[in-house]
Amino acid sequence: MLEVKNLTFKVNENGIERSIVKNISFHVEDGEMLVITGPNGGGKSTLAKVLMGIEEADEGQIILDGEDVTSYDINHRANAGIGFAFQQPPRFKGMTVIRLLSLAAGRELKEPECCGLLSRVGLCAQEYVRREVDGTLSGGEMKRLEIATVLAKPHKLCIFDEPEAGIDLWSFSMLIQEFEKIHSKKAESLILISHQERIIRMADRIMVIENGTIKAAGPRDEILPTLLKDEGACSCMNRE
Amino acid sequence: MSLLDKITEKILQKIDGEGFRQEGAFNLRHNGIALCHGDSEHIKIKKKEDQQGIDIFIDGQTKGEQVHIPVVVDASGMQDVVYNDFYVAEGAEVTIVAGCGIHNSGCNESRHDGIHSFHVGKGANVRYEEKHYGEGEGSGAKVLNPVTKIYLEEDAVFTLDTVQIKGVDSTVRETDVEMGRNSKLYVVEKLMTHDNQSAESNMEVKMNGEGSSAQIISRSVAKGKSKQIFHPKAVGNAGCHAHVQCDSIIMDHAQVSSIPEVNARHLDAAIIHEAAIGRINDEQLVKLRTLGMTEEEAEGVIIENFLN
Repeated sequence: MLEVKNLTFKVNENGIERSIVKNISFHVEDGEMLVITGPNGGGKSTLAKVLMGIEEADEGQIILDGEDVTSYDINHRANAGIGFAFQQPPRFKGMTVIRLLSLAAGRELKEPECCGLLSRVGLCAQEYVRREVDGTLSGGEMKRLEIATVLAKPHKLCIFDEPEAGIDLWSFSMLIQEFEKIHSKKAESLILISHQERIIRMADRIMVIENGTIKAAGPRDEILPTLLKDEGACSCMNRE
Repeated sequence: MSLLDKITEKILQKIDGEGFRQEGAFNLRHNGIALCHGDSEHIKIKKKEDQQGIDIFIDGQTKGEQVHIPVVVDASGMQDVVYNDFYVAEGAEVTIVAGCGIHNSGCNESRHDGIHSFHVGKGANVRYEEKHYGEGEGSGAKVLNPVTKIYLEEDAVFTLDTVQIKGVDSTVRETDVEMGRNSKLYVVEKLMTHDNQSAESNMEVKMNGEGSSAQIISRSVAKGKSKQIFHPKAVGNAGCHAHVQCDSIIMDHAQVSSIPEVNARHLDAAIIHEAAIGRINDEQLVKLRTLGMTEEEAEGVIIENFLN
C-alpha cells in the first residue's frame, strides 16, 4: 500500500517561492487503481515525479508497504518496487528496443519474451525488436514502448503519466484492455494520470488535483458523476 | 602454427571481434615482424620486397571469406610503420579484419602507423573492420596513426568500420576515398577518449563517378581532459549523394571540435552534413534510473549503446 502524507513541493522562480504540490495526503491500496485527473498545470505530473523521486519533496512522507521511501533517490525507489512511465519518454541513440526492454526487465530478454511485451502495447513485435530507440520511432511508438518498459517486470506500484497521449484510437483501445487485465489481477497498485474518460471510468478511486491541491477524491461512482456534471471540474476530461 | 604469448592473445581478443585463428588467409604482425601468415585458395598474402608490409591479392572468386591481419605491439619504445596494399578483384566479396593493439609496460612511446591502400575492382564488395586498443601499466604513450586510402571502381561497395576502444593516448587518422561510377561507401567511426588523450580524424571522400553515394556516421565520447577533432570533407564531383553525421558526447573537461566541409562541384551533387555535440541527456539518465540503475551505471549504459 502507498501512503502519502502532507506532501509539498515548491519551486523557486526568480527568488519567489511557489508551491506546485500543496500539503497533499492520500493512499492507494494494494491492487487498487487510482486515476488522478484535473486541469493542465494543476500539479499532477509533478506529484507523480515526486512519488518517483525525480523531484524532491520539500515536506511530507511517502510510505510504500510500510517502508518510508521519502529520502530514497530514484533508483532506490525503483528497486523498492515503483515503476514509472513518462509522459514524454526520451530517445536513446544506438540502443535497440530489445536492449531497453532487457534493462527494464533487469535481465537479458529473449526475442520471444520481448515480442510478447511489445504485443501487449500494440506494437508489431518482429518489426521493432532490433530497431533503435531513436528519432526513427514516432511519438506514439515511443509512448507504447515506454509503457512496455514498465510492464517488463512486476512492481508494487506503477505510475503512468498520461499513457493515452499521442496514441492512436486503435492502440488506445488495446492499452485500455491491458490496463484492465493488470488491474483485474490485483497484483500491482496503479496510479494513472489521465484526462481520458475511458481511463477515468476504469478507476477504483478518482482524485482531482487543481492548483496543487486535492479538489475532490473518492470512489469512482461518487466522483465521476460530479466530474461529468460539473463543467469546471471536468473541463480537463476528454470524452471519446 | 605459431604459439602466442598471453599478452598477444589478450590483445587479439580485444581487436579481432571475429576471433583470430591461424586458418585461411591471415597475417599477424608482432613488434614489427610477421609472426605467422597463411594464404587461402583465393586470397594470397605476399611480403613486400622494398619496404615493411604486405600485398594482399583477393581474387574474383572470393565469396564471403575473411582475411585477418592484426598488429600487436608489446615492446615499449617500438616505432612500427607498415604499408599494406589490398588488391580486390572484380566481383569479390570479402571481409578484412585488421586492428592494432599496443601493450606498453615501459616508459617509452610505442607507436604503430598502419598505411593501407585498397584498390577495389568493379562490383566488388569489401567490409573492412579496424579496432584500436591500448593497455599496459607503463608511463610510455601508446600512439596509433592510421592512413587509409580507398579507390573504388564502378559499382564497388566498401564498408569501413573503425573503432577506437580505449587506452590510445594519441591518434591522427587520415582517410581518403576516391569513388567511381555507382560505387557506394559506408563509414562507421566510433571513438572513445579519456584522461589526456587526443584524437584527430581527417577524412576526404571524393565522389567522382555519376551515381556514387556515401554514408558517413561518426560517434564519439570524450571524457576527462581528452580532445577530439573531426574534419570530414565530402566532395561531389558528379551527380552523387552523401550524408555525413557526426554525434559526440562530451563529459568532464573534454573538448570536441567538428569541422565539416561540404564541397559540391556538380549541379546534381546532394550532400548533407549533420553534427551534434552535447553532454549526456538528463532525461535519458533519469529514465534509466527509474529502471533501478545508479547514475554511474546509467551513464555507462548510455555510452555503451551510443558507441554500439
